[in-house]
Amino acid sequence: MISTALTDLWYGFGVALEPHNLMYCFFGVLVGNLVGVLPGMGPVATISILLPLTFGMHPVPAILMLSGVYYGAQYGGAICSILLNLPCHPPHAVTCLDGFPLTKQGKGGTALGITVIAAFVGASWGITEMIFLAPFLVKVALEFGPAEVCSLMLVGLIAGSTLAKGSPLKGIAMTVFGLLLGIVGSDIETGQPRFTFGITELFDGIEIVALALGMFGIAEFLNSINNTEAVDMKYANVGISDMFPSKADLKASFRPMLRGTILGSLCALIPGTGPTIASFVSYATEKKISKTPERFGRGAIEGVACPEASTHSSVQGDFIPTMSLGIPGDTVMALLLGALIIHGIVPGPQLISQHADIFWGLIASFWIGNILLVILNVPMIGLWVKLLSIPYRYLYPSAMFFVCIGVYAAGNDMFQVGETLVIGVVGYILLRLDFHPAPILLGFVLGPRFEENFRRSLLISRGDLMTFIERPISAFFLFICVVLLVAQIYVWLRKPKVVAEERAIEAEVPATGYSELAE
Amino acid sequence: MSEKFVWKRDYYAGGLMVLLGVGAAVTGSGYKFGTLARMGPGFMPVVLGIVLAFIGVLIAGTALGSPEPDNQKFLPDNPQWFGWFCILAGPILFIVLGEYGGMIPAVFACVFVSALGDKTATYKSSFILACGVTVFGVLLFHYLLNIPFPLLRGVNL
Repeated sequence: MISTALTDLWYGFGVALEPHNLMYCFFGVLVGNLVGVLPGMGPVATISILLPLTFGMHPVPAILMLSGVYYGAQYGGAICSILLNLPCHPPHAVTCLDGFPLTKQGKGGTALGITVIAAFVGASWGITEMIFLAPFLVKVALEFGPAEVCSLMLVGLIAGSTLAKGSPLKGIAMTVFGLLLGIVGSDIETGQPRFTFGITELFDGIEIVALALGMFGIAEFLNSINNTEAVDMKYANVGISDMFPSKADLKASFRPMLRGTILGSLCALIPGTGPTIASFVSYATEKKISKTPERFGRGAIEGVACPEASTHSSVQGDFIPTMSLGIPGDTVMALLLGALIIHGIVPGPQLISQHADIFWGLIASFWIGNILLVILNVPMIGLWVKLLSIPYRYLYPSAMFFVCIGVYAAGNDMFQVGETLVIGVVGYILLRLDFHPAPILLGFVLGPRFEENFRRSLLISRGDLMTFIERPISAFFLFICVVLLVAQIYVWLRKPKVVAEERAIEAEVPATGYSELAE
Repeated sequence: MSEKFVWKRDYYAGGLMVLLGVGAAVTGSGYKFGTLARMGPGFMPVVLGIVLAFIGVLIAGTALGSPEPDNQKFLPDNPQWFGWFCILAGPILFIVLGEYGGMIPAVFACVFVSALGDKTATYKSSFILACGVTVFGVLLFHYLLNIPFPLLRGVNL
């Protein structure tokens, strides 16, 4: 088993090191790092803009590049949190708590250095986990019939909507709304147009790029305009020489890093729990088991190392359910899944055997990408810090141009631009009503496949709903769904201390004019 | 419940979901519903619509039951009508000018107008930004990526 994995990995390196693929991987992580640093830009919007440009490409470099944007942005996001106290990337929001005090003490460089090390450790563990766990999951998943696929998707949908930030009820509402948006277009079996209101352009369904850019692009601009403060750069002068942590710092952050890594990889395995939750959970845990919890929030290096390692390990681990089961864990993964489908690749357990080049090439490119990111971040730190001072008033109009042209390029059709605009306004209204748009994308991507499998499994069972309970694997997934829902109701009714503690940490994170969409 | 009835934002939120759910279910009931064994195209829309409406009722209901006050205002504290107008006008100009004028006027107008929405922006700063983005955009998307979008309609550049 291990030797096959290593042979496959060797093959993957062959794919990822082809000059063409390597170039796109580098481009992906570079762009990712860039949008990660810029406040108010996020990987979701960036991947959506780049997605139409990959239509003409071979799927391998396309997927390597789009994934590179995601994990590249995680390296950049920490810089913003530590130096400016701006939590514009939710997975790094908690890093502000100890990162910024360290910066004020003049140890911002050390914090950044530790972040890069923690990131690399976390990512390495996440990738290793993927190498050995994904093929194993596939063996299990090959036994799945439509009923199991259906129940598993239900787990993903419920976990994604209840475990995300904000009210679980509103999360579920958004998931259902996403499922409904996924229905728009012609029915796959009968060809009947649904929810198209006679508009021919909608017969193919809503464009995923338009949905993502409306929700995470235009709605975000509407929310942030004239709502952001000028960034305070007075602490933000860091050079390469400040970045090497002292032996004492390294020693203090070694164990927290490992703990964060393990916690992050566990979070990644539960569908619906992305890096944001992982970072909050690990910070809370680290504070709880620390002998000196009073140091947290005043510049404890552990408070930087642990959540950062956790974020990165969770980011890489997120790819496991997406690639092996076809069930995305969060918004970015939903988008990548959409990209795979657009490139004609059916996500699911057969992906690894049928498209070995994509799967193993992707894993190998993670290693290469992470090494590239370390190289990008250590010597070029000064450049990234300078980028921080670009004011938002130049950023959003330029981003608006990319949104418009990106959506246009998706179908060479102006109708899509209008569609994006409408979705953006709807997204902003939902945002003002405290609805988080992330589950919409999850529901939208999974919706059509959910309906297809649901119909098929009931066709096989001749309309008997018991089929979902009679098949043991499916029953197990439904049991998890019930547990998730009951746990939510329990927490809501009893309001135990756990929630209060988590809320306390969330409340400590400084408020920002940017909405938390930039996930 | 002796206190005065207070509007909460969650009533709007729940109401909107009920509206969307009922709308989806009613529209969906126009399609063939079918049976469990042979579902028609109307099955999912109707079921999901009912679920959404039910959740909408729950959202409004929990807000009614909880004593905590919430921010009752729908609009933010400082509504940015001019900013919002500029941001929405950007893509609209992009569509209109892109359809009838071509890429150069579309990109320029889109960036210029959106940039004016910021309260610190001036005509000059927006103009410079719009010129820069237009040049960059044309080079990248027209010459490098070759997306089919004429620079100026009617003029062969």
